[in-house]
Amino acid sequence: MSAATWGLLVATFFACFVETVEATTIVMAVGFTRSWRSAMVGTASALVVLAIVTAAFGFALTRWLPESVLQLVIGGLLLIFGLQWLRKAILRSSGRKAIHDEEKIYQSGVDAARAVGSAQSGLDMFSFMVAFKGVFLEGMEVVFIVITFGLNAKDIPVAVVGAAIGVVAVLLIAVIARRPLAMIPENLLKYGVGLLLASFGTFWVIEGTGLFRAGRGSVAWPGNDLSILGLIVMWFLLTRVFIAVLGKPDTQPAQVRESETVERTAS
Amino acid sequence: MKALKAFGQFWYEFIIGDDWKIAAAVVIGVALTVVGLKAKILNDGALAVVAALLIAVLFSVSLIIDIRPKR
Repeated sequence: MSAATWGLLVATFFACFVETVEATTIVMAVGFTRSWRSAMVGTASALVVLAIVTAAFGFALTRWLPESVLQLVIGGLLLIFGLQWLRKAILRSSGRKAIHDEEKIYQSGVDAARAVGSAQSGLDMFSFMVAFKGVFLEGMEVVFIVITFGLNAKDIPVAVVGAAIGVVAVLLIAVIARRPLAMIPENLLKYGVGLLLASFGTFWVIEGTGLFRAGRGSVAWPGNDLSILGLIVMWFLLTRVFIAVLGKPDTQPAQVRESETVERTAS
Repeated sequence: MKALKAFGQFWYEFIIGDDWKIAAAVVIGVALTVVGLKAKILNDGALAVVAALLIAVLFSVSLIIDIRPKR
């Protein structure tokens, strides 16, 4: 396997690993508290919808969009995702944002599940909807990452394999541990995935600006794919500078205009 | 109408997330890169490097706006 193929496999593995941790936490919270059956039906339904969306999205992207449009749009979205993750990593490292804590997210899910009363007989709609929404939201990010990385590397199967290994790994850990997945260094993983998304996103979005010139040829990077390594170094150094300069304040974390809830944990 | 609003809200949350300034930084960076491309001042390699640095600067500005001391 080439270095690029390994890179694709590792990138999709870690991206899917962290997203699956979040989805699993939500499903476990409603499953343990209310109804495993309804949570599983919600999860399965979300996976079916995701499969349909993936097929339609992938087909449309490969059939109807020229390469430079793909690079521009996909690169732009990946760059936004990656920079959001890096921003959060910087804010968390400097104590300006609470560390993403699966224990807390699990507990808030449990509290919300208990607050709506006891589970209905048959299909419990609360468990179904919370599981569906959690899996669908996190799954959409996984689908997006797999399709974009796979399409740009022209190797969707490897991207799918990386993602599938990530999902299975988390599910195995969850089945063995049977408790919230707080032991996984999620914040560190997200920082690493953020670096990859930002670097690949920067590479593709700048390539894609070639759409606006005569001939619509992509902008060529010096050293071609090798410049992605330079971009990883650039984003790593920039984030380390911010983390070093900001330091860790003595006071309690000041939240930066946002809150995290079990409803929206895609962070 | 409610479904349309929910649909829009989903995509806003999915793409823009909880800090619109990041998306704005990327859009401004791309727009300035296109301007540079049209001006034909730099060759492809130099333009790509300058554009990457520009996006890094714009990201830094968006972050500094977030972390500046509040009055």
